Amino acid sequence: MRHIISILMENEPGALSRVVGLFSQRNYNIESLNVAPTEDPTLSRLTVTTVGDDRVIEQITKHLNKLIDVVKLVDLTEGQHIERELMMVKVKALGAARDEVKRTADIFRAQVVDVTPNLYTVQITGDAGKLDAFLQAMAPVGILEVARTGVSGIARGDKVLSL
Amino acid sequence: MELLSGADMIARFLQDEGVEYIYGYPGGAALHIYDALFRQDKVKHILVRHEQAATHAADGYARASGKPGTVLVTSGPGATNAVTGIATAYMDSIPLVVICGQVMSHLIGDDAFQETDIIGVTRPVVKHSFSIRHPSEIPEVLKKAYYLAATGRPGPVVVDVPKDMTAPTERYEYVYPKKVKLRSYNPVSRGHTGQIKKAVDLMLKAKRPVFYTGGGVVTGNASEGLTNLVKHLGFPITTTLMGIGAYPQSDRQCLGWLGMHGSYESNMAMHHADLVIAIGARFDDRVTNNTSKFCPTAKIVHVDIDPSSVSKTVRADVPIVGPAASVISEMISLVQGKEISQPEALTEWWQKIDGWRDERAGKLYELSQEGEPLKPQEVIEAVCRVTRGEAFVTTDVGQHQMFAAQYYKFDKPNRFITSGGLGTMGFGFPAAMGIKKSYPDDDVVCITGEGSFQMMMQELSTCKQYGVGVKIINLNNGSLGMVRQWQDLNYKSRHAQSYMESLPDFQMLIESYGFTALKVERHEDLEPALERAFADKNELVFLDVYVDPREHVYPMQVPLGSMRDMLLSKTERT
Repeated sequence: MRHIISILMENEPGALSRVVGLFSQRNYNIESLNVAPTEDPTLSRLTVTTVGDDRVIEQITKHLNKLIDVVKLVDLTEGQHIERELMMVKVKALGAARDEVKRTADIFRAQVVDVTPNLYTVQITGDAGKLDAFLQAMAPVGILEVARTGVSGIARGDKVLSL
Repeated sequence: MELLSGADMIARFLQDEGVEYIYGYPGGAALHIYDALFRQDKVKHILVRHEQAATHAADGYARASGKPGTVLVTSGPGATNAVTGIATAYMDSIPLVVICGQVMSHLIGDDAFQETDIIGVTRPVVKHSFSIRHPSEIPEVLKKAYYLAATGRPGPVVVDVPKDMTAPTERYEYVYPKKVKLRSYNPVSRGHTGQIKKAVDLMLKAKRPVFYTGGGVVTGNASEGLTNLVKHLGFPITTTLMGIGAYPQSDRQCLGWLGMHGSYESNMAMHHADLVIAIGARFDDRVTNNTSKFCPTAKIVHVDIDPSSVSKTVRADVPIVGPAASVISEMISLVQGKEISQPEALTEWWQKIDGWRDERAGKLYELSQEGEPLKPQEVIEAVCRVTRGEAFVTTDVGQHQMFAAQYYKFDKPNRFITSGGLGTMGFGFPAAMGIKKSYPDDDVVCITGEGSFQMMMQELSTCKQYGVGVKIINLNNGSLGMVRQWQDLNYKSRHAQSYMESLPDFQMLIESYGFTALKVERHEDLEPALERAFADKNELVFLDVYVDPREHVYPMQVPLGSMRDMLLSKTERT
């Protein structure tokens, strides 16, 4: 099963490599990874999506917690949560396809953020499934480049991941 | 207020931390530190002949004393040479602080002379690592390093020190930090009381219980408590290789150690148990054999300080995360004054176990006959007799390691010192050296083989320089015995690269360092040679004992089987 694990860790050099190294060292999967500092400059938030059965996920969270640089973590998929990812796609936009791309973007509530005579750059946010669906819809037109941030997420309701 | 250079801070910190010996080897990036050590005389530096030996020596000291060992090496090759020793300590949860010189900060990343990203290289085999970014950080970082190494589940910590951090011209305020805090590191101090109660309920109701305890009991200083608990309940106990001595092996309740080459009765008891009480053990593959066939009828209580050890390979029915000593003492207070509910079942269980014991008694190996080469097993039994079972025994890796574990009887913890997890050949001799430096009045024996010994024999020179009187028992069978055994069993005796064509004359080799060496080939020479070897505690003596190369280690678990599936000799299996 797919899990989204959000980690608060020390904003220190080498901390990221310990997390990433752990996954390769113990043969765990990383589907996507997203990391940036938080409002507290000493802390970074890292969100990783991974796949594994309950036993594997339990081991992943235990081993992550063991890393000295990891301060706190939560498996967001254990509860209600909001999952978002941002993607920018360059698609061919020539002739009739130009309008088709714009219409499809509107349907997905995506925005065209850059334009040339040959292509549109479209920005879209949503969960990973929505982004995948958009890419599928754009495939016949011709996808030239894709940049995805990887999943970020936060719990619904009053639950807060902080110190 | 005291102003010190980074290098002097390191020397001063080591003094204040109470470090007596550090093991190391100098080089460009560490020279400021070496100069600072030269200008003081509290901390004694032992110059090894290879950095791997420095880590093993510090590791041996740590295993014997329970305190962190300290290593100092230079950048690049100095640090990479230490990696095997760091990994060895990591696998066995041994506290070690390894200070590595590094090229100057402005050169890092430029592929400078003797530059290695040692933080990156060691990342998977350390508990944590630090890189010094300002000289003023040194005292606090070092304190954190010692704190992390020694607390919780212990392990090695690397501290990378770029050369400019130790420059003698730059001085900063030095204060010895008595305490440090890491907001992300809070090792558990006690187990969950509810879980401990549950475990004790199961223990009191069990019909066929067995304790299975590991290195965590030794490093967690819990042997005394464990012994009391086990004696109070009257249950059988088996330990892992790392847990040997945590419960006196001469006691009737001790079944010996378990697993791949564990005793027949240990493995049989585990397989037939209805309750396994695991403490400070990690259900390693050399213990469990095939996990899907492991202890089919048992409920499992698992006590470990490391939550990631619990239910890692075998699911625990009652997981307890906590230090062995405190969990055991809570268990003792809960069983105090209570009776086990099925004493007749326990008596029956003991009858069964004694039956297994009797089945194998006297059949473990065949003594050598007149004119035949000595058996390695009888050599170990003789070493045990001569040292009255009281020596620190280090081993290398292979058949001799298993024989040492099987035939030397340990009644105390921290006495059997072996690389259990990583299985590092070359560990035994430098480890013995590290122990002997700190325990000069004890007998320290390295039981080794000619293969392993040659991996670290350059340390004879170190022993000569510092007058380290360890005893080396070289079980010489002229081959890599354990490799050969596997080749006999699995490759129709095709002995690929397991035979050494050109062994040195060990006697001459040892004598060239000015030490005593004796060749032992005949039965009647063994005891006198051992008496001679142990006559003087300060003298290094090497016994080159020629043993039967055809000998195999038994019992041996059958791959992919359950714990009770064992080869018992070349011709018998369960």
